[in-house]
Amino acid sequence: MYKHILLAADGSDHSIRAARHAAEIARHIPDSKVDILFVIDYNQSKSDILHKDSIITIQKERSLRLKPHEEILQNAGVAYTVKVKHGEPGSAVAAYANEFGVDLVVIGSRGLNKLQEFVLGGVSHKVAKRVKCPVMIVK
Amino acid sequence: MSLSLSQLKQEWFGNVRGDILAGLVVALALIPEAIAFSIIAGVDPMVGLYASFCIAVVIAFAGGRPGMISAATGAMALVMVTLVKDYGLQYLLAATLLTGVIQIILGYLNVGRFMKFIPRSVMVGFVNALAILIFMAQVPHFIGINAITYGFVAASLAIIYLLPRFTKAVPSPLVAIIALTGVTLYANFDLRTVGDLGHISQALPAFFIPDVPFTFETLKIIFPYAISLSIVGLLESLLTASIVDDMTDTESNKNQEARGQGLANIAAGLFGGMAGCAMIGQSVINVKSGGRGRLSTFVAGTVLMFLIIVLGDLVVQIPMAVLVGVMIMVSVGTFDWASIKLMKKNPLTDSIVMLVTVAIVIATHNLAIGVMSGILLSAIFFVVKISKVHVKKQSVHPADKAIYEVNGQIFFASVTDFIADFNYTEKVHFVIIDFSNAHVWDESGVGAIDRIVMKFRENGKAVSLIGLNEPSMKLVDRLAMSYKPGPKASGQ
Repeated sequence: MYKHILLAADGSDHSIRAARHAAEIARHIPDSKVDILFVIDYNQSKSDILHKDSIITIQKERSLRLKPHEEILQNAGVAYTVKVKHGEPGSAVAAYANEFGVDLVVIGSRGLNKLQEFVLGGVSHKVAKRVKCPVMIVK
Repeated sequence: MSLSLSQLKQEWFGNVRGDILAGLVVALALIPEAIAFSIIAGVDPMVGLYASFCIAVVIAFAGGRPGMISAATGAMALVMVTLVKDYGLQYLLAATLLTGVIQIILGYLNVGRFMKFIPRSVMVGFVNALAILIFMAQVPHFIGINAITYGFVAASLAIIYLLPRFTKAVPSPLVAIIALTGVTLYANFDLRTVGDLGHISQALPAFFIPDVPFTFETLKIIFPYAISLSIVGLLESLLTASIVDDMTDTESNKNQEARGQGLANIAAGLFGGMAGCAMIGQSVINVKSGGRGRLSTFVAGTVLMFLIIVLGDLVVQIPMAVLVGVMIMVSVGTFDWASIKLMKKNPLTDSIVMLVTVAIVIATHNLAIGVMSGILLSAIFFVVKISKVHVKKQSVHPADKAIYEVNGQIFFASVTDFIADFNYTEKVHFVIIDFSNAHVWDESGVGAIDRIVMKFRENGKAVSLIGLNEPSMKLVDRLAMSYKPGPKASGQ
């Protein structure tokens, strides 16, 4: 069980918390692997291109955001790969999970209230609804 | 440079379903914008619609960034306002043609390379100014007309922003337009419509040469506009291309895109359309809707023309108030809100460049002038920043010797302070100036070194320069008077 874990990461504290849980689960399962999936929102592309000096800076900063997650998994001795995709985060995570048939999705929750959820749209909620496997929402 | 056939096939037919669907969505989103931008430019809606059709179709074939949407744009419309007001449509078409020619030339001169010289803060200033101007252009269409106009603007904004919370199956601006146009037709409200500001002809564009005298006088009128249009068009197009590159994780050919924009504008000018360029908002919509290939842009252009031919009678019934709502959404989406928050974090000079770019665009209503001023200002800031040279004196034994370490760029802007950094009357016999961490860039730099060496010599000290890097050494050898072993420095 849970041999193939998908960790949805965006570099926020919530997703780093989620990484700890993913590492803890994977640590106890032999031959398990974690896919760190970083989805860059389309609107983020626009603001990155507009604000950052070059594509090299953008790539550097993006990989820097994923570093804490990688360190957590490394320290736990868990095998992992990093995937970067562009799109709407909720749909992209769900699509990836379903396409690669992962056994578990671990995702951080921003802890939005009702109004924020209505305006911003809850990513973890969306993922939980669309993914076919168990989803762990880390609060 | 020829594309391989399989790559071309991939760019056209690699994503047929996604491209057709996204193209349809974009076509619907383009119609209100093309009409509104025509109204901003002061021309008939058909000028923007024909332009959008020609540009989208031509760029689908000739562009360097598959999946990017080009059509009539606000940025270009704003540049042409005074040309249209003073000289009329025919001169606009001629300027559009010339814009195309200039852009093709710039494309062959590899203009793509020069994009990196445009600072980010100028780019941010560009989009913010564009957003503000698009918003300001809407004001006359809804302020102080009547209460029902305000009501319709508010209603369209409510639909545009709230509907996506319930369904994303249909684009909310389209729903706002259809629903509120329907209400107007049914209830016969006292609202100005698109038809009051121009007419829609349900016909394909026809080829004609702009009716202007082919004289030097004409060229003098249209050339400044064509230059501005070329700059603005390429700037927005190449910026959009970079955004689409990142969104789709693919690369594009920026110089081919520049030439494609040129061809597209020539086509627009010859078929009664105004100059256009790539659109950030529409390209984002296209990619979000699943568009990736050239087919999406082609579908957007052709469907737009088809809809106008079929539905032209209804399009003129769209109330201006609803169009204003859509345009407010466009300006809110164009404005870079993150830049306000970043002003606290970014270096002050970056924020100044951004604000000055915005201010100049708003004052001149010309994005090209704002961009040029922004580039100039940030170049000056850059020169000021790197003109700080640090000279550090090292204490050494024996005390008869002084060693100065020079750190920084020695050039015209830095030399005045640089010369003042030395103590010429110190009680030593030997002075060593170490240039290991410095670079001498120009004649002024060499002149400054001359002055320093001579001043030390006047005070009876022997000077030696060490650590000059190869290019600096060459420059000093070629230009310096004091440092050459043979001849004496002049004035001594």
